[in-house]
Amino acid sequence: MALNIAVCVKPVPDPNNYDKIQIHPEKKTLMRQGIPTILNPIDKNAVEEALRITERFGGKVSLFTMAPPDAVETLREGLAMGADEAYLLSDRAFAGADTLATSYTLSLGIRKAGYYDLVLLGNESADGATSQVPAQLGEWLQMPHLMNIQCINMKDEKNAEADMRIENGYIRYNIQFPACIAVRREINKPRYTSLKNIIKSKTKKLEVWEAEDLNPDMSRIGLKGSPTQAGRIYIPDISRKSEEITGTPEEIVEKLTNKLISAGVNIRKGAQAV
Amino acid sequence: MKKEIIVYAEHQDNKLSSVAAELLGEARRLAGSYGPDVKISAALIGEKVSDLIEELISLGADTVYMADNPSLKYYSNESYSRVITHIIKQQDPDIFLVGATAKGSELAPTVGGQVGTGVAAHCVELKLSSEGWLIQVVPSFGGKVMGEILCPNHRPQMATIKPGVFEKGPKDTNRHGEVINVDTDELFKDFTPRITPLGVHYQPPQGRPLETAEVVVAGGWGIGSKQNWNKIEQLADVLGAAVGCTRPAVDEGWAPGEHVMVGTSGKTIKPKVYLAIGISGATHHICGMKDSGTIISINNDPKAPIFDVSDFKIVGDFEKILDPLLRTLNE
Repeated sequence: MALNIAVCVKPVPDPNNYDKIQIHPEKKTLMRQGIPTILNPIDKNAVEEALRITERFGGKVSLFTMAPPDAVETLREGLAMGADEAYLLSDRAFAGADTLATSYTLSLGIRKAGYYDLVLLGNESADGATSQVPAQLGEWLQMPHLMNIQCINMKDEKNAEADMRIENGYIRYNIQFPACIAVRREINKPRYTSLKNIIKSKTKKLEVWEAEDLNPDMSRIGLKGSPTQAGRIYIPDISRKSEEITGTPEEIVEKLTNKLISAGVNIRKGAQAV
Repeated sequence: MKKEIIVYAEHQDNKLSSVAAELLGEARRLAGSYGPDVKISAALIGEKVSDLIEELISLGADTVYMADNPSLKYYSNESYSRVITHIIKQQDPDIFLVGATAKGSELAPTVGGQVGTGVAAHCVELKLSSEGWLIQVVPSFGGKVMGEILCPNHRPQMATIKPGVFEKGPKDTNRHGEVINVDTDELFKDFTPRITPLGVHYQPPQGRPLETAEVVVAGGWGIGSKQNWNKIEQLADVLGAAVGCTRPAVDEGWAPGEHVMVGTSGKTIKPKVYLAIGISGATHHICGMKDSGTIISINNDPKAPIFDVSDFKIVGDFEKILDPLLRTLNE
C-alpha cells in the first residue's frame, strides 16, 4: 500500500512582524515592506503529518500553492522538510482571489497533478486566518473533508479516524479516502530541516503552472471568481491613556488595589488557589 | 418579497449555544436598520431538538427551520451542510449568520462552497451599506488590520462571528413564531455518508470560564515558570477572576490549555477588568482583549505594546509586585 498525499501551503508575512504593517496614507493599500515571507507556520504541521504517513505506508508527498512567483522559496522550505515535489500555481489572472476562487484554483492543480488519497492543509493561515480554504477545497474536489483535526489515526489505505477539536473536547470521526483534512498545530512537532535535505531540495521537481495550464473556467478564478470583494481597510485606533502607576512596590500595590476596587473588582479575602 | 436573515442555531447536546442567541440579537438589530419587511429565522439541526424552538422564538426568530432526525444526533459537516444548503436553496435568504465556533467555522465555508457564495470569516461588526448590502468587518494580520468585506452579487451574504462579539438580545417569551420541518427522509434518501461520527469526548475545562468572567487575570511569556504561574492563579482566585493567557504560556505548559488563551486564535473577551501580567502584547493577543472595560498591565519592558492599549501601566518586575499584592489582598 502506498498513499499519495497533496499538501497545500501558503507563503505569509512573518506573524512576528504584524505590528509593522501599515496602510499607505493615499493609496490605502497594505504596506508590508521589510517583513520577511515565511511558510505559514501551521502548514509545516501538515507537511510533517504527510511525511509521517508516507514514511509508514509508502507513497509520495506533493506540495501545492497558489501564489506569486517568489513562492518558489516557500515551496523549497517544504521540499527541504522531505516532500517529494512541488507545484506553484502562479498567474496574474489568479490575483484578487478570495477563498472560493483560491480553493477552486488549487483543486485544478491537484487534479492535474494526479490522483491523491489525501489532501492535507494547515487549519488557517497566519495572515488572513479565515480557515475557509480547506472545506471549500474539499467541496471542489468532491472529497469528504474535516478541519480542526488534532489527531489522525490511519486505519488502512481507505480510512482514517480523525479527532476534531471543539470548544470543550473533541469529536472522533471515521473518514473515507480520498479525503481532505486540515490539521491543528498540536497534531505533531514539525521536523527541523537538515543541511543535507536543504541541498537535496534544490534538485527536486518544482513545476510552475499558469492559468492556461489548468484550463480553468475563467469566471471562477481571481477577482472575477470571488463572490466576496474587499472594501475599505484600516488600522483601528485602540490606544488608551496608559497612565503609569509609580512608586515603591508597596505604594504601587496600594494604588493598584484601589484601581482594581474602583474598576469593580470584589476582593475575596483569604481565598486560596486550588 | 420579504428579506430573510437566517441564523444557524448551534447547540451542544440540545442546549442552545450562547453565540446563537447573540446572532439572533444582532439579526434583530440589522433587521431594524433594514426596515419593516424583514423576517428572521433560525436553522435548527439535531436529534430531539424541538425543545429549543420556543427559546429561539423568544430570542427573536420568526421562523424555525427544524431538521430533527436520529442520523443528525452528532454534528458532521457532511450531513449538516446538506440541510443548510437545502434551506438556503428553498428560502433564498439575504443573509446567513453562523457562530465562528469549531463547528460553525467548518460549516459556513462548506455551505458557501456548495451554494457558490462568499463567506466573511470572524466578523467583528456588521452594518448595511446604502445599497442594502451587508458590510462585514473582518480582522486580518492578527487583528492589526481591519477590512470591510462585501458580497454584492451572490446570496446569501454569509458571515461567521465569534462568540462574545455581539450582545444577546432580550428574551420575550410572548413572541410568536412558526416551525417548518425539513423533510429529512427525503433529503437523506440517497445519502451515503463518507464521514461517520464515532462519538463526542468532553474534556470539561477547569476553573472559572473566561467568556463570562467580569475580571480576568492573564499571564504571558514573562511569567517565566510554572511556580510563578501558580501566583497568577492565586491572584485570580483572590480577585474572583478567571485566568487567561497567551500562546507561549500554553506552549510552556504553565496555563491549563488553549481554552484559556485570549486572542485571534483563542477567545475574544471583554471583561470589566483585564489585568495583563508579563504579556508583551502581540497583535493577535490584543485583538482578543482590546474591548475590555479597564485594562491594567504589568511588564518590565517599557516598550511593550500592551501598554499602548492599557488604561494603567506598571513598568517593572511583576515578581516585586505580586507577592506584596497577594499579601495585601489577603490581609
